[in-house]
Amino acid sequence: MTEERAVFLRRWRPGPLLPAGDARDGALAFVIAVLCFFACLTALAALAGDRAARGWTAQLQDSATVLVRPTGAESADAAAARAAEALAGVKGVDEAQAFGRDKAVALLQPWIGQDALPDDLPIPRLVAVELNKAAPAGARDLDRALKSQNIDATVDDHSVWIADIVRAGGWVRLAALGLFVLTAAAAGAMIAFAARAALAARHEIVEVLHITGAEDRFIAGLVQRRFATLSAGAGLFAALAAAMIGAAARVLGGDGGLTPVLPIAWTDLAVLPICPVAAALVAATAARLAALKLLKDMA
Amino acid sequence: MSRNARQILDFAPGANAERTQEADAPVLRFVDVGLRYGRAPETLCDISFALEPGSFHFLTGPSGAGKSSLLKLIYMDERPSRGLITLFGQDLASAPARVLPQLRRRIGVVFQEFRLLDHLSAFDNVALPLRIAGRKPADYRQDVAELMAWVGLGRKLHAMPETLSGGEKQRLAIARAVVARPDLLLADEPTGNVDHELSLRILKLFVELNRLGATVLIASHDQDLVARSGMPVLRLDKGRLHAEPRR
Repeated sequence: MTEERAVFLRRWRPGPLLPAGDARDGALAFVIAVLCFFACLTALAALAGDRAARGWTAQLQDSATVLVRPTGAESADAAAARAAEALAGVKGVDEAQAFGRDKAVALLQPWIGQDALPDDLPIPRLVAVELNKAAPAGARDLDRALKSQNIDATVDDHSVWIADIVRAGGWVRLAALGLFVLTAAAAGAMIAFAARAALAARHEIVEVLHITGAEDRFIAGLVQRRFATLSAGAGLFAALAAAMIGAAARVLGGDGGLTPVLPIAWTDLAVLPICPVAAALVAATAARLAALKLLKDMA
Repeated sequence: MSRNARQILDFAPGANAERTQEADAPVLRFVDVGLRYGRAPETLCDISFALEPGSFHFLTGPSGAGKSSLLKLIYMDERPSRGLITLFGQDLASAPARVLPQLRRRIGVVFQEFRLLDHLSAFDNVALPLRIAGRKPADYRQDVAELMAWVGLGRKLHAMPETLSGGEKQRLAIARAVVARPDLLLADEPTGNVDHELSLRILKLFVELNRLGATVLIASHDQDLVARSGMPVLRLDKGRLHAEPRR
């Protein structure tokens, strides 16, 4: 054996049975990367939205607002102070603070305007109640305490708002899931189309493989690996790009993230490595099914 | 032929226990086979013949007589319109799809147009059947190199097919066809692209392979080559088969 042959045999590794990619692969990888990028942004937005919804819900659950209407000769401020005192003694309440007229006017100004409120207009007072986080008092407890002191008041435990926010959070999650499924389906359909085109373009190679004794699943496996690898690469690129966007949003947005509405956390970025794996799985499945179908048709 | 190469090509029909039962049965049998493409008249009509294990036949006839079509029926690239084909005792019409690849692995085919994979090196092309059969590279790389040296391509291991001459491609295609030690070797005009001298060398190669146990069927319109071989001839004419005894 010559030295040259020995070196060749030592270094030889089986070549790819399907030719390396052609010009179409670049375009395909680009489109998959774009889809993956949108999927990553959707995931980040969903996580941030979910976090925002949970934060708002927690804030609302930890507090209640009491609207106090003065009765008889008692002034509104006096009624509010009495209500705050009564509420502060309820088990499950950490603090109750009465707001004066100025605070009530400030709350009304966005709707009514600065000069539209006559001085003699009776404005109900508000009492902000901070509930105990571990064992919060219920709206009935607060209502009972107020009635026992003959205070005309309405207790708002924010349950309507909380229900709305929980419902909105659910919709955000559902929309994100829907977008993800749509993106995955679009990527899968595209991969299937590309896999069929790739096999059809290489039908002469497929014929040789068949005649040499290759089983359909062997050939489908070649196609599957190729598109899974391509998609994993595109998914990785997209995940990195999305991570940069997410990090920029986190850094530029300060502690609260890009906006207080969508507070992105550093931990959210941990979801991005799933992207190349999911892209590879979707591509592998789509390519295998498409290849098996085409090979069956060819047979 | 070197001892190593002889070991590589150590055909032994019946050596495999699984194949013992079929050792005496024909490797291939056609009974009243017809082949029609679309609505055209039959390309092959009432073809009946059998190839015994270890036999060597030429398949001759003018261009368009149906030689390539008949070979395609054997390596299952076409399905007959009618009739019965049995390969290694298996009726191809009733054989389950999962069996066909196993049957194909027992056939070596030298295509008229070579059908080499241009994106693979010469070495990879020859190793293809072993790779498809699931063998590990470490188990066969030495054998493939030996075989390539035997067919005169020992210095072309890493050459790409497009850089090879017609004769080299021919030998490469032959090496690929025999590397997995097929029980049945089919060759479609294997000397159609080479000079007379190389034709004779290729014929000697096939005879050697036949001596080692392979059943050989060569489609050729090279009458001189057929006459020199002295082997029995199956002659196709207008889609009908006529058997001629050994010359």
